[in-house]
Amino acid sequence: MIRYSALSLLRQGFAGHGGWPRAWRDADPRPDYDVVIVGGGGHGLATAYYLARNHGIKRIAVLEKGWLGGGSVGRNTTIVRSNYLLDANAAFYEHGMKLWTRLSRDLNYNVMFSQRGVLNLAHTDAQMEAFARRGNAMRLNGIDAEVLDVPAIKQLAPLLDTSAEARFPIVGGLIQPRAGTARHDAVAWGYARAASALGVDIIQRCEVTEILRDTKGAITGVETTRGRIRAEKIGLCVAGQTSRLAAMVDLPLPLETHLLQAMVTEPVKPCLDTVVTSGAAHCYISQTDKGELVFGGDLDGYPSYAQRGETPLVEHVCAAAVSLFPAFSRLRLMRTWGGVMDMSMDGSPIIDRTPVPGLYLNAGWCYGGFKATPAAGWCLAHTIAHDAPHDLVKPFALDRFARGATLDEKGAGPTPALH
Amino acid sequence: MSAPGPARQPHRLGSGGHIDRSRTLSFRFDGCSLTGHPGDTLASALLANGVRLVARSFKYHRPRGIQGEGAEDPSGLVALGRGDRHEPNTRATLTTLTDGLVARSQNRWPSLRWDAAALTAVASAFMPAGFYYKTFITPPQVWPLAGPILRRMAGMGRSPTAPDPDRYEHRTAHCDVLVVGAGPAGLMAAQAAARCGARVILADERAWMGGCLLKEKTRLDGRPGTAWVADALEELASRDDRVTLLPATTVTGQHDHGFWLAADRIYDRPDAPAAGEGPRQRLWHIRATQTVLATGAIERPLVFAGNDRAGVMLAGAARAFVNQYGVTPGRRAVVFTSHDEGYRTVFDLRGAGIEVVAVVDPRPEVRGPLPDRARAVGVRVLDGHVIGDTRGHPTRGLEGVALHRYHDGGMVPVGEWIEADLLAMSGGWSPTLHLHAQTGARPVWDDDLLAFRPDPWRMPPWMAGGCAGTRGLDAVLRQGLEAGRNAVEAAGLRLTGAPPPVPAIDRDEPSEVGEGTPQAPLWAVPKPAMAGGKRFVDIQDDVTAEDIALAHQEGFATVEHLKRYTALGMGTDQGKTSNVNGLALLAEARGEPIPMVGTTTFRVPYTPITMGALAGESVGPRFAPVRRSPMHEAQAEAGAVFQTVGPWLRPRYFPRDGETLAEAVRREVLATRANVGMVDVSFLGKIDIQGPDAAEFLNRVYINGWKSLPVGRVRYGLMLREDGMALDDGTCARLAEDHVAMTTTTANAGRVMAHLEHALQVHWPDLDVRLVSTTDAWAAVAIAGPKSRQLLDLVTDLDVSNEALPFMGLTVGPVCGLPARVFRISFSGELAYEINVPAGYGDALWRRLTQAGAALGLVPYGSEALGVMRIEKGHVAGAELDGRTTPHDLGLGRMVSTKKSFIGKRLLQRPALQDPDRPALVGLVPEDGRTAIPAGSQLIATEHAAEAVPIPMLGHVSSACSGPSVGHPVALGFLKGGLARWEGQTVVAAYPLKGTQVRARVVPPHFHDPDGSRQNA
Amino acid sequence: MMLIPCPWCGPRPRVDFSYGGPDPADHPRPADDAPLEAWTRYVYERDTPKGSARELWRHAAGCRQWFVVERDTVTHEVAGSHPLPGAPRPVGEDL
Repeated sequence: MIRYSALSLLRQGFAGHGGWPRAWRDADPRPDYDVVIVGGGGHGLATAYYLARNHGIKRIAVLEKGWLGGGSVGRNTTIVRSNYLLDANAAFYEHGMKLWTRLSRDLNYNVMFSQRGVLNLAHTDAQMEAFARRGNAMRLNGIDAEVLDVPAIKQLAPLLDTSAEARFPIVGGLIQPRAGTARHDAVAWGYARAASALGVDIIQRCEVTEILRDTKGAITGVETTRGRIRAEKIGLCVAGQTSRLAAMVDLPLPLETHLLQAMVTEPVKPCLDTVVTSGAAHCYISQTDKGELVFGGDLDGYPSYAQRGETPLVEHVCAAAVSLFPAFSRLRLMRTWGGVMDMSMDGSPIIDRTPVPGLYLNAGWCYGGFKATPAAGWCLAHTIAHDAPHDLVKPFALDRFARGATLDEKGAGPTPALH
Repeated sequence: MSAPGPARQPHRLGSGGHIDRSRTLSFRFDGCSLTGHPGDTLASALLANGVRLVARSFKYHRPRGIQGEGAEDPSGLVALGRGDRHEPNTRATLTTLTDGLVARSQNRWPSLRWDAAALTAVASAFMPAGFYYKTFITPPQVWPLAGPILRRMAGMGRSPTAPDPDRYEHRTAHCDVLVVGAGPAGLMAAQAAARCGARVILADERAWMGGCLLKEKTRLDGRPGTAWVADALEELASRDDRVTLLPATTVTGQHDHGFWLAADRIYDRPDAPAAGEGPRQRLWHIRATQTVLATGAIERPLVFAGNDRAGVMLAGAARAFVNQYGVTPGRRAVVFTSHDEGYRTVFDLRGAGIEVVAVVDPRPEVRGPLPDRARAVGVRVLDGHVIGDTRGHPTRGLEGVALHRYHDGGMVPVGEWIEADLLAMSGGWSPTLHLHAQTGARPVWDDDLLAFRPDPWRMPPWMAGGCAGTRGLDAVLRQGLEAGRNAVEAAGLRLTGAPPPVPAIDRDEPSEVGEGTPQAPLWAVPKPAMAGGKRFVDIQDDVTAEDIALAHQEGFATVEHLKRYTALGMGTDQGKTSNVNGLALLAEARGEPIPMVGTTTFRVPYTPITMGALAGESVGPRFAPVRRSPMHEAQAEAGAVFQTVGPWLRPRYFPRDGETLAEAVRREVLATRANVGMVDVSFLGKIDIQGPDAAEFLNRVYINGWKSLPVGRVRYGLMLREDGMALDDGTCARLAEDHVAMTTTTANAGRVMAHLEHALQVHWPDLDVRLVSTTDAWAAVAIAGPKSRQLLDLVTDLDVSNEALPFMGLTVGPVCGLPARVFRISFSGELAYEINVPAGYGDALWRRLTQAGAALGLVPYGSEALGVMRIEKGHVAGAELDGRTTPHDLGLGRMVSTKKSFIGKRLLQRPALQDPDRPALVGLVPEDGRTAIPAGSQLIATEHAAEAVPIPMLGHVSSACSGPSVGHPVALGFLKGGLARWEGQTVVAAYPLKGTQVRARVVPPHFHDPDGSRQNA
Repeated sequence: MMLIPCPWCGPRPRVDFSYGGPDPADHPRPADDAPLEAWTRYVYERDTPKGSARELWRHAAGCRQWFVVERDTVTHEVAGSHPLPGAPRPVGEDL
């Protein structure tokens, strides 16, 4: 593996770039491994990387049914933040934030982490009080947060309509300055490359068709489209498909699979240097390094495995975006796409062992899985390596629903479409 | 319209084309005044004026011209309009030329000719695909510096900065048959369907319908093809009760169940109104029973070194500029084609007086009617040759091409440069399958066609013409006819009337494609060692064949990885011309056939849609409907300041004589507590519940018991979600044994209604109960304060004495001369009544109460004072009912009935919800008696107050007010363990966002009249 | 946009409806005194089949009736719909 740097780029530039090796080995499956991670997305690759790096586990395979990074990690709106109210979420995502700030160096891959801030707009005083509650909790948890008044918001995002005539006038905002965006594909590729360099087998076009167990019910391996693979530990990192895989071992889960759309405009020169979200308008907006404005909104609202959505949601997001940023009206929307979400019943994830010995679960990320990639990989790797949950994810236990210890950041209750 | 100016448009032919030379249109490009004619696009007009350099590319800022002639053009992107009508990244090829049009080049500084950023070309050897992933890694400070620089280099045009002055609209349409594309196949299909009486919508993305018949010199039935088009359109237009013609309308997406989205660029229509008149664009929601796709095909460029210069153009585009617009895109041309159809270009260019010096064709020993004719007219046909490189001027574009002999993928320089300023190239045609494939169809590769064909298992929608992979105009016309008739039958209509006749095609036109040497696959010409140019595959995002090879070398070997790693096809053209070449090169690199590599997903929209059109009318002040109380006007007259609360506009306070918010609220509270105040409570949700099982129903949805509630009494209730968390609270008034009037909070009105309907229909259809939302049917005013009974007595003959109408009692009868229901309930903690009248009387109620109460010192109050009084009284509201609180948390644990079951009961028993350490409602008062405890504070232990973060939190402050009635600030909050653990102790309300801390004493959450003597008076 | 066949009002655009979980026939509400596990399963756990599914939908912007829709979660094809037990019969339906 050639270490990436300005120097190696220069050297290869003179040599016509013929010397760059594969970013990761496209491995063929071996008959058995210590740990098999199902799902070659960001979370699966991060888990494999940290299993190898932090826990010294040697024989690890990542099985991907399609192409690496083709699921949620390549379809999200790339927002990274830790602006959470609840202690458990705050601690976990803040750990993630610390991993993000050094991720490019850890992986020797520029994931383009850009700390341009995430600004939540408040449209009523009650909302502002709720934001204050969250912002104060963030600060007391050691996370950066600032309240902004309208002039400060205008300065930060000059194209925002901050007038009193707006249908939902902006009364203030809460910003996490260290939050921002990263290049989503690069996260998957960077983890794949770094994991591969540590000996992890990354196996694409390998779909799990059966989960194998012994007579006591413990995991012994998986049957795949590329043959049987033995392993006593399996980690599921298959956002959107978790219920389907868990059904192979008759494990019902508090998840519902939903469709979330995102969309980008044609690229324009930098005009929005932060991430803006509005609860009243149900939309979030940022600008990519290429210049496209990226928009996301609510779920379409019904279960779906189709990676495409309907127009009403797109129209609503555009209406919200144009209402917030009237100047964007003459920009053109260039591409829309859909992703399949594991919506958990309290809006928070699940990272835990399962009742099936040897089967570990990482699921239920709703819209928020991308920012959790490093921390989820870190904690799931620990959980698998020690067969005991990492302290940070103990609150994300699967049995929290039965105990009543749900982590309902929005207070929406067991209606996934409302999270 | 300007007068015909001096001789301009040096590249305009004296005759021919479908433009109106009798009229001249003026326009500007980068400050230069230019002219064109009606019928021109901006692209054709620029070329007519000899403007070849129009844009700079995305990554390397290379000078670029116009490569295509329609939606496929990847490079001719300009900024249009001035001031608030500025619009970036618009395709010149799809912009109808209008008088006074203003266009500018973009992505360059200081000018299009001299772009400083083009210096990156020097460093381009170090900027291959994905270079940014490999550098700017250490030290950590470098990316925050480099990122913004790269962002400024990228990004094409500039965003507008002013609100859009134009209007957009949505329109819904239903039809039996939607035909997409008004070329020969689409026109035949539309006529076939229309003649059967079907309701037809025919949409075409171009301003002028006719498709290839406008662009080619085809003759039908012995007449120009355009005459046939005109007849067909006239016939369709004559059936205007059944047929809708939508020019300049791009069907951009296929969605579920026959739903199509179409963007109508009204201002690009030939008969467009002036800017500002009517909507600029219209988004059509079309529900079609059947659809015919006749979307044609897109020509593929050839990939060779230096193929991005201005003057290197798709062959079909060159023909279109000559034939449709009467424009010569060059003086001296070379045609570079890998198939016979490209030879048509020779004759059309020659016919326009352009010198065609050579046809370069990679196929050895090419024979066929068209190549033979080319030879016969004396054109040098260089079969077995390719172009290995080009040379040119940075701003003028192409000047010459380097000839190479080509054999079996290898090439030898001939050492000859052919002088040319136009290179018309064709690598074959790809059926336009975007709409077909958007809902999951999988196009199949055709080795003869050298292109993807439609998925045969995903029809309908019916495919006709070029998009079906059909070649030859006769076959295209017949397929259009067949598709139209198939659609009619599939729509359940009868085939009636005479089908439109298929016109005869004149054989003396160059239509003998397919009779000669088969097309040769040529995905990229190898790069000669000394070639100066790059081999561009995607000339918008500057993706080269080398980038694709590099991506493959580094393991980005699936088509999706390729796209994401190199940005191939990620530009505003979404890879219309580049995708197939790109994946063919990837297949070559993988050593696999193209079908093994597959295609990327075809995503909505086909071409970009203006945000404004997607938003439609629902923007700005109309983003969401505004709900107003029935007494809104009367309150506005009383000086109310309104506030947006969800969909509602609610009076917030009623300032007098320049009072501030705080002053007004204080006055309103004190006046109410001293005398009487009134507040509009029409916003509360109201549900009318009727049926013999009404009380049983309430029993099942509220935590407390209802069976014992007598007729004529009101009770407070709390309902839970199935998970045991409080959903909403409110009151129910028993009007009769089988009739209950329920109120909900304003915010949850819709949700509660849905919750109740769900329970009734899904769980308990056996209960004989009916529900109807009456939120909008009633207007309501609460009058509160010690003099409220006196006021009520003034306006009604009903007995409102404490005996006749006790606390939580109700009475029905005329109030203020209006039919009313009066509930004696109190949110403020005062003696209070809620008067409900039919909504239409709301205004009268407000005005008559105002009049009657004047002598008693009646004040109107708003939502702020209402909030202050409920906090002083310790009532919970939205900030407490935040979806995470149980009855116990809210201090309402004693209401939970143990005798009956209700929604939420079982899961409320979960251990974590029974934990005595859960945060529970408490009251808070400042230890110093003065300092406000701001809502949103977090509560921490006093011993942690001075520590560094992180600091453990014990709870938070949910609501707070200045406590005008009690003389000091008060607050409600939640504390772990609640009053049981904390009563009388001190905690710190921390507000680190503002750097404040307030020491607060924990007290019961009832600050005002805790024993209720005032409300019971 | 999908067309959802309301048993009472006929096919209407999806935006007029809201989705409300699995068909109660497949996912019944437990008895009041059923064990907590049964209630946890009922309130929180979902099968979300990939392919053919029976779902509860409500004609929110129409007749406000809840009913069952048979729908494919991959292709979005709708095979049919029927009222819940005990619901009023659609007009014209045979008694």
